Amino acid sequence: MSETDPDGDPETETTDGPDSADDSSAMIRPKWREDLLLIAKIVLATYVGFFVVGILSGAGINSTVGTLQSITFWAALFALGALALNLHWGYTGMFNIGVAGFMAIGAYTMSIAIASPDGSPAGFGLPIPVGIILGMIAAGIAGLVLVIPTLRVRADYFAIVTLGFSEIVRLSVQSRSLRRIGDTEYGTGGGQGIRATPVDSVIPWLFDQPVIGDVGNVFLEIGAAIGIASSVLMRGMYTGVLILFVIAFYILLTRIAYSPFGRVLKAIRDDELAAKSLGKRTDRAKIVAFAVGCALMGLVGTLWMGSRTHISPDSFMPLITFYVFVALIVGGSGSNTGSVIGGFAFAAFIFEGPRFVRTIVRENLGTDFPRTAYGAFAELGGGDPTAMIGYVLYQQADEVRYILLGVVLIVIMIKRPDGLLGHRKEISAGVDLTRRGAVADGGRPAVGGDTDAAAADDRQSNTGDDNDSQMETNDPDTTTAENGGKDHE
Amino acid sequence: MSDVETDVTEVASEDSENDTETASHAVDSPILAVENLEKRFGGIVAVDGASFSVERGSITGLIGPNGAGKSTTFNCITGVHTPNEGRVVFDGDEITGQQPHQIANRGLVRTFQIARELPEMTVLENMMLAPKNQIGESLWRSVLPHFRGEMVEQEEQLREQAWEMLEFFEIDHLAEEYAENLSGGQRKLLELARALQTEPEMLMLDEPMAGVNPTLEHKLLEHIHELREQGYTFLIVEHDMDVIMNNCERVIVMHQGAVLDEGTPAEIKDNEQVIEAYLGGEI
Repeated sequence: MSETDPDGDPETETTDGPDSADDSSAMIRPKWREDLLLIAKIVLATYVGFFVVGILSGAGINSTVGTLQSITFWAALFALGALALNLHWGYTGMFNIGVAGFMAIGAYTMSIAIASPDGSPAGFGLPIPVGIILGMIAAGIAGLVLVIPTLRVRADYFAIVTLGFSEIVRLSVQSRSLRRIGDTEYGTGGGQGIRATPVDSVIPWLFDQPVIGDVGNVFLEIGAAIGIASSVLMRGMYTGVLILFVIAFYILLTRIAYSPFGRVLKAIRDDELAAKSLGKRTDRAKIVAFAVGCALMGLVGTLWMGSRTHISPDSFMPLITFYVFVALIVGGSGSNTGSVIGGFAFAAFIFEGPRFVRTIVRENLGTDFPRTAYGAFAELGGGDPTAMIGYVLYQQADEVRYILLGVVLIVIMIKRPDGLLGHRKEISAGVDLTRRGAVADGGRPAVGGDTDAAAADDRQSNTGDDNDSQMETNDPDTTTAENGGKDHE
Repeated sequence: MSDVETDVTEVASEDSENDTETASHAVDSPILAVENLEKRFGGIVAVDGASFSVERGSITGLIGPNGAGKSTTFNCITGVHTPNEGRVVFDGDEITGQQPHQIANRGLVRTFQIARELPEMTVLENMMLAPKNQIGESLWRSVLPHFRGEMVEQEEQLREQAWEMLEFFEIDHLAEEYAENLSGGQRKLLELARALQTEPEMLMLDEPMAGVNPTLEHKLLEHIHELREQGYTFLIVEHDMDVIMNNCERVIVMHQGAVLDEGTPAEIKDNEQVIEAYLGGEI
C-alpha cells in the first residue's frame, strides 16, 4: 500500500501549482469533473442493476456482492490496461497488440524479485513494492528495445511485430531452458510458473494500520451481519487498491492528454510527416510514449498477478490483449474517460455478465443440466426447454462470453464506431483554448494577471467587439456552464 | 502579427504594439542556396544537378512541367528525402541531409501539395502544435506539478498567438472545428497559418493555390504579400502561370530535374527554351 499512497492520493489533483494553474485548471477541468461524474453514474447504475437482479432472482446477497466485487476487480484491471493502451493506440496511433507480453514481463519480473529464495525456482525475496517497480522498469525497457528499431515501421507491420513479441515472451517463459537459467536456481519455472507471495498481502498489512484497519474491521462486521463472506470483503479491499491505481493512471494520462506532449502524440497519430515538418521530434515522442505505456502495462501485469499466489505463462495468452482492445474500443479510443468506462462496461457485461447469469441459473434451476449439446437437444425435443437454457447459460457460460464479445464488437462498430461516448473533444492543451479576456500586452490573456488589464486597451482593436462581454468569464462558473454546453453537443 | 515576430525572443513582449519592423537582417547573401542537387529513385533521376538560390525577402516561383522534379527538390531541401548529391545551404548553414524537424526548427518550413492538416485535431490544436520551443513537449515537464505551471503559462501565450494568427487569416470562426471538416481552401489557409506559427524565416509552399477558389486565392495572395512585407521569404511551386508571373520577383524554371532558366517573370516569358519546355500552348 505504501507505494500507492503518493500516486493514488486524490490530493495530487489539486497540486497543480498554486498560482496560475489553479485559475486555469478551473477553466479546462470542468469537462474533467463532468467525466468523473459520468463514470460514477454509469458504475452506480450498473451496480444497482446487478444488485436488484441478483436479489430478485434469488442469487443471494453473498454471491451478488461477490459478483459486484469481481466486476469491479476486472473493471479496474481492464480500465488500467485500456488507459495504458490508449496512450499507444488512441493517442500515438501505435498499433500495439502485444499488451499481454508487456504484462507478462512486468508480472514475471516482480515474481522473480519477490519469490522466496528457498522456493523452486528461487526468487530474490525482495519486498513487494521493489518487485512492482522492477516489473514496471523491465516492461518499460522491453518497450524501448522493441520500439527503437521499429520506429519507421508502418502501423500494420508494427502490430505484427508487437504480437510476435508478446508470443515470444510467453513462449520463452514457458520454455524448459529458461526454467532454470544456466546453473542458477533462478528462472521462470517453465510451464509450472512461479509461486510468489501475492501482492494481496497488502490487505493484512492494511488491517494492521490504525485507522484503516478499524474501518476495515467495521466493514467486516457489517458484512458478517448481512451475510457477506469476509473473503469477498478482503478481495474487495484489494480491488480498492486497484481503484487507487486507476485514479493515478487517469490523472497521469489526463495530464499527458492536456499537454503539448499529448498534442505532439496526437499529431503523430494524424500525420507524422506533417508533425515533423513543423519541427516536432516525433521519434523521441514515440519512444517516450511507447516506453511509458509499456511500463504501465507492466504495472498492470504485476497488479493483476498480485492477486494470485502463482503465475504461469498460460495467463498471458494474446486473448488478454484482445480483451483490452475490446475494452478500449467499447469506450472509445483516444479518450481516457472512455477507456475507464470501456473497461468497466467490458468487465460488467461481457466478462462477468455470463458468469452472473450462470449463478442466477444455478440458484433457480439447479445444476442438473445435460453436459453435451446432444443431451440438451434431446431434452428440448422432449419438451423441456430448461435443459437447453441450462446447457447454454450454465454449462457453456464461458463460451457465451465469446459470442457476446463478437456481437458487442459488431454492434459497436456499426452503431457507435467512436465508442460508447461517441466522438469526443478532448482538446490537447494545457489551457482552455476558447478565447476569452482581453488580449494583454505581449499576447498574454488578462487572466494571467490584473496588471495587464490596462495594457489591454491598446489592443482592443485586435480582439474585436466581444471583448467586453468576455471579460466576465474570469468567473469559473460561467466558463463551466459555457463549456459544458458546448462540449456535449 | 507583431506578436509572431516578438515572441521569438519571448523577452520583448513589452513592445508588441510597435509595428512590423522585423527588418529581417538585411543581409545580401541568398537565404537558400541549392547546389548541384541530385536525387535518384532506382533508375529514375528525379533531380539531376539542380542549382539555384532564393534571395532573402523575395517571393520566388518554382515552375516546370509535371515530372520536372519540383516536388522532389522540395522534399530534398526540407529533409523528407536525402539527396544523393549536392548541397543545400540555408541562412549560411549547410542543412543537407538533416531531419525534417531540424530543418523546420532552423526556420525553413514548408506546406504540402495536398494539405496535411491534422484531421482529428481541432483547428486550434493544429495551430497550438506548431510553435517552437514548447516546454510542455517534454513528458516530465507536462506531467510533474512543479513544471506544469510553467507549461500552462506558456500555453496561455501560445493560445493568444494562435487566435491572432487565425484572425489574420480570417478563419477564427473555424477555430473549434475539427480540421477534417474544413474545405480544401480552408485547409490550405490553415496549413499556411500553422506554418507561420513556427516563426519561420522562409516558407516553401507547394502549390498553395491548388483547389482554391478565386476569392480565396486572392486572399491567400494578399496574405503572402503582406507577410513578405514583414520580412518572410517565399518559395512557391505553382502551376497557375498568372499567379507566378504576377506575384513573383524571380522565377526558377525546372525541366527534367535541372534548372532550365532563372530570372524575372519578364525574362522567363521571353526565353524560347522555357516556352518550348513548359509554357508551350499555355500562354
